[in-house]
Amino acid sequence: MNCKVIDLGIIDYKKAYDFQKKYAQEVLNGSDQVLILCEHPTVLTMGRLAKEYNVLFSKDKLKERGVEVLNIDRGGDVTLHTRGQLIAYPILNLANYDKDLRKYLYKLEQVVIDLLSDFDIVANRLSGKTGAWVGDKKIASIGIGVRKWVSIHGLALNVNTDLNQFAMINPCGLDVSMTSVAQVIGVDIEISKVKQSLIDCFCKQFELIKG
Amino acid sequence: MEEIKLPELGEDIEKATVACFHCNVGDHVNADDDIVEVVTDKATFNVPTKVSGNIINILVAVGQEIKIGQVIAHIDEEGNNESENQ
Repeated sequence: MNCKVIDLGIIDYKKAYDFQKKYAQEVLNGSDQVLILCEHPTVLTMGRLAKEYNVLFSKDKLKERGVEVLNIDRGGDVTLHTRGQLIAYPILNLANYDKDLRKYLYKLEQVVIDLLSDFDIVANRLSGKTGAWVGDKKIASIGIGVRKWVSIHGLALNVNTDLNQFAMINPCGLDVSMTSVAQVIGVDIEISKVKQSLIDCFCKQFELIKG
Repeated sequence: MEEIKLPELGEDIEKATVACFHCNVGDHVNADDDIVEVVTDKATFNVPTKVSGNIINILVAVGQEIKIGQVIAHIDEEGNNESENQ
């Protein structure tokens, strides 16, 4: 199967969401699978299981900082998106992958683990806590939405993220520390380098040909 | 009368939580329309109807945990009455 890679660059969350819906309809109609890559300006997104108390800043303080809080149709709790975080939204027909939500999440975790190994970072899964972890710090968050077995949403990997911004939330409702590729390797890294690795690992994991 | 059930969502997934409904009792729905959205930890999943007709009842509530195979709603399938009358 072919996979169309679409790099939206830095894009507002809601605009990227509209693109996801558009491509999800195309994939449902039989078009090539799609991998959307992008970065978002700072925004908090509340998944379907989000608890308000996991947003640690007051509404006024968030407003002051110009940070919008959006309720969205993905699994999971609250997540922060911001610059320096590589977002991947795979729009895949999961009917091609056993129609299994858990297996799909596992594969997304593997994509992150594989790509981080390209940068000599050893990442792992933590039982019962979906995502990718370096030691006990979370480096990537994962949450998906599925309609007619076509996926939207996906994963957010901290590359050069300003980790201080996570003070606004309890990420994913867990009392955890976040880390980033730059923090782990100790030097700044261009997001474009990580992007290429993500595309390669993604296509390999899902047996797709970049078209 | 057609049952809308929570379908298999994958190996080892036994239950899901009702997140929201896309329709109400009495609404007319078309085949393939999404009826309800459920959530399993990190994933949301929309359950569609296979048939067109009117929603007769909804048996579960938002926030409720439901099992795979559990009946969520009933639909009075379109065309059933006609065939009975013929």
